[in-house]
Amino acid sequence: MSERQIRNMTVNFGPQHPAAHGVLRLVLEMDGEVVERADPHIGLLHRGTEKLIEYKTYLQAVPYFDRLDYVAPMNQEHAYALAVEALLGLEIPRRAQYIRVLYSEISRIANHLMNICTMALDVGAMTPFFWGFEERELTMEFYERASGSRLHAAYFRPGGVAYDLAPELLSDIGAWNEKFPKVIDDIENVLTENRIFKQRTVDIGILSPQEAFDWGLTGPVLRGSGVSWDLRRNQPYEVYSELDFGVPVGSNGDCYERYLVRMEEMRQCVKIIAQCLEKIPEGPVKVQDNKITPPARAEMKESMEALIHHFKLYTEGYHVPAGEAYRAVEAPKGEFGVYLVADGTNRPYRCKIRAPGFAHLQVLDHMSKGHMLADTVANLASMDIVFGEIDR
Amino acid sequence: MDTAGLRDLGEHVATSLSDYVFAAEVTRDELTVDARADQVVRVLKFLKDDPRCRFEQLTDLCGVDYPERDPRFDVVYHLLSLSHNCRLRLKVGVNEDQPVPSATEIYPSAGWWERETWDLYGIYFAGNPDLRRLLTDYGFDGHPLRKDFPLTGYVELRYDSEQKRVVYEPVKLTQEFRRFDFLSPWEGASYPLPGDEKADEAGEDGRES
Repeated sequence: MSERQIRNMTVNFGPQHPAAHGVLRLVLEMDGEVVERADPHIGLLHRGTEKLIEYKTYLQAVPYFDRLDYVAPMNQEHAYALAVEALLGLEIPRRAQYIRVLYSEISRIANHLMNICTMALDVGAMTPFFWGFEERELTMEFYERASGSRLHAAYFRPGGVAYDLAPELLSDIGAWNEKFPKVIDDIENVLTENRIFKQRTVDIGILSPQEAFDWGLTGPVLRGSGVSWDLRRNQPYEVYSELDFGVPVGSNGDCYERYLVRMEEMRQCVKIIAQCLEKIPEGPVKVQDNKITPPARAEMKESMEALIHHFKLYTEGYHVPAGEAYRAVEAPKGEFGVYLVADGTNRPYRCKIRAPGFAHLQVLDHMSKGHMLADTVANLASMDIVFGEIDR
Repeated sequence: MDTAGLRDLGEHVATSLSDYVFAAEVTRDELTVDARADQVVRVLKFLKDDPRCRFEQLTDLCGVDYPERDPRFDVVYHLLSLSHNCRLRLKVGVNEDQPVPSATEIYPSAGWWERETWDLYGIYFAGNPDLRRLLTDYGFDGHPLRKDFPLTGYVELRYDSEQKRVVYEPVKLTQEFRRFDFLSPWEGASYPLPGDEKADEAGEDGRES
């Protein structure tokens, strides 16, 4: 029998594929069913956010951050607000800090629900998706009641938060927070010891701590690899240093442990939310400097000065002293950072967005090599990919 | 790490690498190190391996464009040390025609960030194994994050029903792109209304009396 030339098959995965988690075009070089090389083509959702921000005032740039990781929008705004506040040298009121932490954790739950449930869907479990999304809808409702919109909140603004929270909202969050662990239990009952789920995820896509460092991985992915690192604990911002919560850490660094870490993180979120609701003080929710934050609407009806402040703030905005700052928060997906370069005008000179998903997607080629095609889907899901933040 | 600790660390870096590092400053609790672009790999290697630094992770890599400055671009590396719990910003200045040695050998994660910086700024990274465009469209022309690249771009996309495919066309704006100058609302800025120039001409002719 004569020798035959065997050529690897190239599979084009996405950009329209439910398991691609958005608009990912993945060019896979296959040797039979085994992946030899995975080449993600990204940028299909590139909107030039960084360029647009250079043409907007500091306040106008806030809504762009909702459109990055649209699964947990407020965490993105948080990093930006921290960076602007660092440049302005602002200290925000205590109540605003608690509100920010409260909503960051609600966002984390919303994000992890989305991730865990779609990951389960990708590996064949449909039911958690329905349960999880029902709860996710409730967190979106809290978003709406705080900011007026379900997704594009624009709620954490430099200098504080946009509006105060009503007492009924806080008690409703508390009531939901007490019931929510039941849903985590339910999801855990169906997934954690599920034979099929474990077959699809255990020992798939293993990343050692060293690999996690080398590839710039952060968040649950880094913790899943056994590195105890959480910016909320290691480099605390806002009031995280006063709150009591655990940082779950895995050991093996496979898809299953990343799932377990996220599950446990949700339980810790519940704990943090309960503490926030208990400790949240009364007081203002934004800096009392009308050069940075707008005056009250009622005040504007009577005070000429308030009217001028309002007008100047929404046309010219505020000037930020020249300098640069990098501020990062522990977003649900990992370290979300904003590097701001200010030149003393009312617009950012440069705003670089450090998205955790960008680093996570980059490692896909490395971790999928030698795995089956179906495992690539599990790997992708366990990295928590959202294209809004990767393509920017 | 507190400000004093960062200052010590900055001094340590500056003295150990005095040939390659220009300055190490601490502002707003952030350590910034300026270094020579052609030696950036050596600096990064030191920062990763030195026991007092141990910057295990490259968190971010990006470019900044200063068109009037020489060198024109800054390449900014953000490093994170998990063992010492501190961050460091490394900046190197480069010109358009000057390649930067790629950091992929030391930090594999630099690969995509370098691709992105190449794509958006046109800064060339020598030694990057896969320096293709990353975020822009296949066959895109230009480097969109440069300050001289217009916000609206040069081309726009539309679906052509006759050709049955998506086509690029030169960008058409129904309204002229406006950018207000907020720096000098009263003095310096000039926004002549159409027709106003005639009044000035009349003044020069001496007919206003």
